Amino acid sequence: MTVDNLMNWFAELGDFPELAFILAVLICAVPVFLFIAIYALVAIYGELKISSFMQDKVGPMGQGVGLHAGKWGLLQPVADALKLILKEDIIPASADKKLFILAPFIVFIGAFIAFAALPFNQNLIIADMNIGIFYILAVSSLGVIGLIMAGWSSNNKWSLYGAMRSAAQIVSYEIPAALSIIAVIMLTGTLSMQGIIQHQSGFVWGILPNWIIFQNPFTFAAFFIFFVSGVAECNRTPFDIPEAESELVAGAFTEYSGMRYAFFFLSEYANMFIVSGIAVTAFLGGWQSPIPGILNSPGWGLWWFMSKAMFLIFVMIWFRWTFPRLRVDQLMNVCWKGFTPIAMVNIFGVGIWHLMLG
Amino acid sequence: MGVVQGDQMVLNIGPQHPSTHGVLRLKVWTDGEIVSEIKPYIGYLHRCFEKHSENVTYEQVIPFTDRCDYIASMNNNFGYVVTMEELMEIKVPERVEYIRVIMAELNRIASHLLALGVYGLDVGAFTPFLYMFRDRERILDIFELTCGARLLYNYMWVGGVSHDLPKDFERICIGFLDYFEPKIKEYNDLLTHNKIFLERTADVGVLPPDVAINFGVSGPNLRGSGVNWDVRKDEPYSIYDRFEFEIPLGEGEFGTVGDSFDRYWVRMCEMKESIKIIRQAIKDLPDGDVFQTIPKKIRPPKGSIYRRTESPRGDLGYYIISDGSPIPYRVKMRSPAFTALSSLGEIAQGWMLSDVIAILGSLDIVLGEIDR
Repeated sequence: MTVDNLMNWFAELGDFPELAFILAVLICAVPVFLFIAIYALVAIYGELKISSFMQDKVGPMGQGVGLHAGKWGLLQPVADALKLILKEDIIPASADKKLFILAPFIVFIGAFIAFAALPFNQNLIIADMNIGIFYILAVSSLGVIGLIMAGWSSNNKWSLYGAMRSAAQIVSYEIPAALSIIAVIMLTGTLSMQGIIQHQSGFVWGILPNWIIFQNPFTFAAFFIFFVSGVAECNRTPFDIPEAESELVAGAFTEYSGMRYAFFFLSEYANMFIVSGIAVTAFLGGWQSPIPGILNSPGWGLWWFMSKAMFLIFVMIWFRWTFPRLRVDQLMNVCWKGFTPIAMVNIFGVGIWHLMLG
Repeated sequence: MGVVQGDQMVLNIGPQHPSTHGVLRLKVWTDGEIVSEIKPYIGYLHRCFEKHSENVTYEQVIPFTDRCDYIASMNNNFGYVVTMEELMEIKVPERVEYIRVIMAELNRIASHLLALGVYGLDVGAFTPFLYMFRDRERILDIFELTCGARLLYNYMWVGGVSHDLPKDFERICIGFLDYFEPKIKEYNDLLTHNKIFLERTADVGVLPPDVAINFGVSGPNLRGSGVNWDVRKDEPYSIYDRFEFEIPLGEGEFGTVGDSFDRYWVRMCEMKESIKIIRQAIKDLPDGDVFQTIPKKIRPPKGSIYRRTESPRGDLGYYIISDGSPIPYRVKMRSPAFTALSSLGEIAQGWMLSDVIAILGSLDIVLGEIDR
């Protein structure tokens, strides 16, 4: 089910190509939005519960009658979301109103449109572009503009600090992330998301599934560089300096409240899913089953993709509740002195390994 | 074409800010992330402790001392009653001395747990904070069992303590110590030896010994700089000369002597020493009365006294002038956190904004005690 199929189908009904396009896009966009919203609720619940278990407490719980968070606190994220939606929407008097209002949407759109190229299973992809992975890397950095707008328009020094930090951080970490993706592209010879996944079918080394992470030691390193850079791009601990709670209050989001803040929140979780989705697609075989050949129907494909992505999201949550935060210059050192050179050497390594042994 | 001149940005950290440990305002001049000057502005929590004390009787000052350093109320009580007893030349029963030491050391552990946990929070680690609070709760439970209060105890009185220990106290307290001792390793595994934590704290905010002495810094902050000074050892008060314990000093294990990590590490080690002291005290705990008979109205002889004790934050001194009436003429408190905070401008200069927060956290200030 891609947007192209839908468009063709609509186009057959009548001679209105523009209308067909708009209808097809809408039909794809609404489920994606619903998916993000529901996934965010699940992820927030997961974050609450996982963090609680790691911290020796039970997290949200509800019992008995009355106004409570449901069994095992299942309704807690719903209550949180409702609270955010019902909150008063404050725009500071000295803020740049237009930019202030626009910023959360730009951040969200950056995350939202990246979903268009994520392959959930064999058929479930909105647009299987021939430049799919390039497209995702490109649009997911759109959010930086929104963050800078948010920080600048808030007219608050803390926001400005947060915005400058996140701009520096996200732009820097794009580089090692993209470089490690190049290694994948070299092996697969395609930029299309489905193409990359199809390349990973079968076995490698006899027993392991032919996922790119297992294909050679350099791709193994590339996966870690990509994943850690991805965590940094999502502004998650230990790289959460843009919103460093103990230093910058809430970084670029300091002045935001209510629905606008909810959009930032939503895009943070959406970004986590995108990073996990790319990592799963490029390194962990996407919707391929871990035991090649069995359980490979589209239904199972969806299951494998989601469970792999959710596992990576769990790892991110695990990071967050374990590590302290890096300082801004240490963060840059890790990126420019550590990851970027290693990722570059990796490209050569992958190429040489592929030539000699592939 | 003129030269583009960079300007400094003035940033107000606080009084409402997540990591100012109370209501402190720091005026910070920054050039990008680099901080060129810091000025602490205090007084947001001023409650006229010293002036109040001049209008109430000597016993009524004790609840005020609770509210100065609300993290370590027992130690504040302790300092005041020790000073008063020295002024009045009262000898309290043996049991009282032991109970006081046990309570003061338990409170030292609780205070250090809070300091270390919040320090973890300052550098971005949330989980150690909750682990330490989980264990601090147990100490507060012991206090609640003993005197009914969890934060402001008003437990030590001139001439004794307000309540005797509960029936099962020894078993409960030893139980807690047995539970708590292995937990220190857990904190070390989770936070202390974390690479990111070391990067953030080692070599950051070095407080050289001479600067520390010039500023009058005391307590764990001074010992973190490698100066061996502990009132419990050097000017023993109460019965501290009977116990065997070490004074942990900063050794610059991962950086320079006197860096933030050393201050953190000294606190971690001090908790182990406090455990030792409590174990010894419980072993020797004598039976007896918990209150020395003293006149209903305390009228110390005319004169003045200054006595310092070791609170979890350092030398806590009380200067009391008596004019022979039941109301003190003057009560002055020497606050260790105040001197620690005054050194912040010196040691945090030239570091980054995130480091300023880390250094401030490593000094372990309590604003209630600074502003009084």
